Formats: sequence, structure tokens, C-alpha cells
Amino acid sequence: MGQIPSMAEENMTPSQSITLRIAKYNPEHDSAKKFMDFTITYERWTTVLEAILEVKKHFDHSIAVRYSCRQATCGSCGMIINGKPRLACFTKISELNSNVITVEPMNNFPIIRDLAVKFERLFDTHHKVKPYLIHDDTEITSDTKEFLQSPEELEQYIQFSNCIKCGLCNSACPTMATDSSFVGPQALAQAYRYVADSRDKGKDQRLKIIDDSHGIWRCHFAGSCSQVCPKGVDPAMGIQLLRGYMLGFRS
Amino acid sequence: MRESIIMKIHYGTALAAVSLVAVHILMRLTQGFSESLQYGSVIANYKFLPYAGMLEIILILLSIHGFNGLRVILLELKQGKTYEKTVSYCCIAAMIALIAYGSRTIIMVNTGMI
Ligand code: HEM
Ligand code: SF4
Ligand code: FES
Repeated sequence: MGQIPSMAEENMTPSQSITLRIAKYNPEHDSAKKFMDFTITYERWTTVLEAILEVKKHFDHSIAVRYSCRQATCGSCGMIINGKPRLACFTKISELNSNVITVEPMNNFPIIRDLAVKFERLFDTHHKVKPYLIHDDTEITSDTKEFLQSPEELEQYIQFSNCIKCGLCNSACPTMATDSSFVGPQALAQAYRYVADSRDKGKDQRLKIIDDSHGIWRCHFAGSCSQVCPKGVDPAMGIQLLRGYMLGFRS
Repeated sequence: MRESIIMKIHYGTALAAVSLVAVHILMRLTQGFSESLQYGSVIANYKFLPYAGMLEIILILLSIHGFNGLRVILLELKQGKTYEKTVSYCCIAAMIALIAYGSRTIIMVNTGMI
């Protein structure tokens, strides 16, 4: 007969160890990425970010990694973990079911050093789609106290407002890999987020911006952006809904 | 031209081609596939104007669709103002050339040059 372990017993499970392979690369003097292996002990709740910080603390303090919130909120710690773009602070070693954990910088971003990548293009494309409410009377006047929205109106875009600008979707996107001018799934999902907001009046402006030879039409329905998004944003769906406006299926 | 208009044409030509190519294949079923390619029957098909007209339309639709598709692939492969302009103009030129060459065959048959 099986027994349910008590809390005390569960917490006493001996820690196990894995090999953490970290990509090291400095574009200033390295010609290619090199991997360094470290043996790390972990508990069931240890995240990949914690393991990397452990390596930094005890073995190699030179490893470059960007992080801040450690709770999937700031969008800083995106990297390729065992081949898939993920947030290091939101990925537990135990969930990867592997004795070797390989961490590499995100694809489709220029590398600053090791695991840290440049976010300029992500921020530029995000900025390009005007990620804010465009409204004639932004200032609340006299008796208006708020811009009311029904739950149905909120439902239209709320999922898309969860984006933390981590760039994982852009890292997974095959078009981003070859088209250096492509606006990318992150910015397109945000274009939809504002276009679908009942308080916004900037639909025509935004649709014009993304209706470009490197805009929305360069999405070929791979869907990998939505598979890797840690916040459930579903950029691929946002892109198809935006296409609906442009093809006249939505208004 | 706005990219959305180009892509509407791209999707439209694909949809139209699906139905016309279906008619084209059905017409081929009226005889054996090997007979289809015999000299006499090819000439006879071209001389049957409604059918030749449909083949001409398929030629135009798929040339537009195919060369625009090629343009898209090339634009995603490499970027740059001159490169992109060259790609666009070359694709339009190739599209026109292919349509002209295909139409020439149909016209030659129907004007008795063959
Ligand atoms: C009649 C059946 C066809 C249908 C329904 C069709 C449909 C499509 C669609 C929907 C796309 C856009 C895909 C995307 O944006 O990812 C596309 C792209 C393309 N098509 Fe077609 N097509 C057909 C036939 C053809 C033919 C016969 C050719 C060659 C002459 C062709 C060449 C291309 C090329 C080169 C692309 C660009 C590749 C891409 O964007 O992924 N297609 N087609
Ligand atoms: S859409 Fe998702 S994966 Fe893309 S930047 Fe936003 S949170 Fe990250
Ligand atoms: S550290 Fe902030 S999202 Fe991971």
C-alpha cells in the first residue's frame, strides 16, 4: 500500500545534481560560442536562474546574465534552455527532466556577452507600433471620472496586455531569423492589444505602420511565438486577428 | 502598392487558381493523361477558345502568385533598399515575361502560325 509522504519527509528529499552547461561568448574577442560545464546540486524548486547565480557565486563570477525580478515579471532573463526559449527564473530544473541543462543566449538578438543580449531592436519595434492609448481627450475633464469599459470590451485585449517584453517570442520566430527589418511577434501582438481596446482611436495609424513589406504579412503562421510565451499572450492569434482587420473581416 | 493589397491579390490568385486548376484537371480526365500530351490533342485544346482562355487565366494567376511568393522569400532572405527594389522590379519583369511567353504559344496556335 502506498503512503503519502508527510511535508517534513518531502522537504528532506536529498538534493540531486545536474550538469549546467553555460554558453560563454564575448563578441569582442571570441570567434565562436564555447560551453563550460558545472555540476550543480538542486532541489525540486531550484530555478535555472538560481543555478546560474550559484555558478556565478562559487565558480565563475564573470558569467554575464541579465535578471531582476526573479518572478516572471520584468522580462529580463529570457534565454535558450535545453533548446527552447524560456525565462530562467520561471523554469525549474526539475521540470526539464534532464541531467544536462544547457543555457544559451536567445536567438535573433545580438549578444552582448554570454547570456546577455541586446534588446534595442525589440524596444524599437515595440515603440514603432505606438504602444499606448491614442485618444483625443486623454485628459479627463469635468464630470468624466474614468473611461468605462464593459467586461466584453476588456476581454478583447486583456490577454495581450500581459506581455512583459521578454522577447522570447521574437527569439522563437523563424522570420526574425532572416529578416532583419521584420517588426516581429511581440510588437504585432502589442499593435493588436491597442487596436482592440475600445478606448483607443489609433487603429488606422497602427494598421498603416504594420502594413509594410516587413510588417504583418511576413508572418507565415509558424506559431512558435505562442508556444514559448511565458505569459499566455498568444502573439500568433493577435497577428491573425489583426489580419482580420486588414482583410476586412473585422472592423 | 500597399503590402495589404499585394497580399490580397496573393491570396485571391491562390483561391481562384484552386478552382480553375480543378476544372483544368477535370478536363484532362475526359481523356487519358498520356493522350493529353499528344501533339494533336494539345493543339486541339488550344484551339478550343473557352478552354484556352481558362489556361491563359491560370497562367496569369499563377505567374502573379508565384513571382510575388518568390519576391516575399527574397525580401526575407536579405534586406537593403537597392536589393529590395531590384528584387521587386525583377519579379515583375519575370512575371510579365512568363505571361508573355505562355500567351505567345496560345496566340500562335490560334492565328494559324503552328
Ligand atoms: C493553387 C494552389 C495554391 C494555393 C492555395 C496557394 C496558397 C498560398 C498561400 C496562402 C501563400 C502564403 C503563405 C504565407 O504567407 O506563408 C502562398 C505562398 C507562396 N506560393 Fe502559393 N499557393 C498555390 C499554388 C502555388 C503555385 C503553383 C506556386 C508556384 C508557381 C506557388 C508559389 C508560392 C510561393 C513562392 C509562395 C511564397 C512562400 C511563402 O510565402 O511561404 N503557389 N501560397
Ligand atoms: S508576447 Fe510573450 S513571449 Fe513575447 S515578449 Fe511578450 S511576454 Fe514575452
Ligand atoms: S528575472 Fe524578471 S522575468 Fe526572470
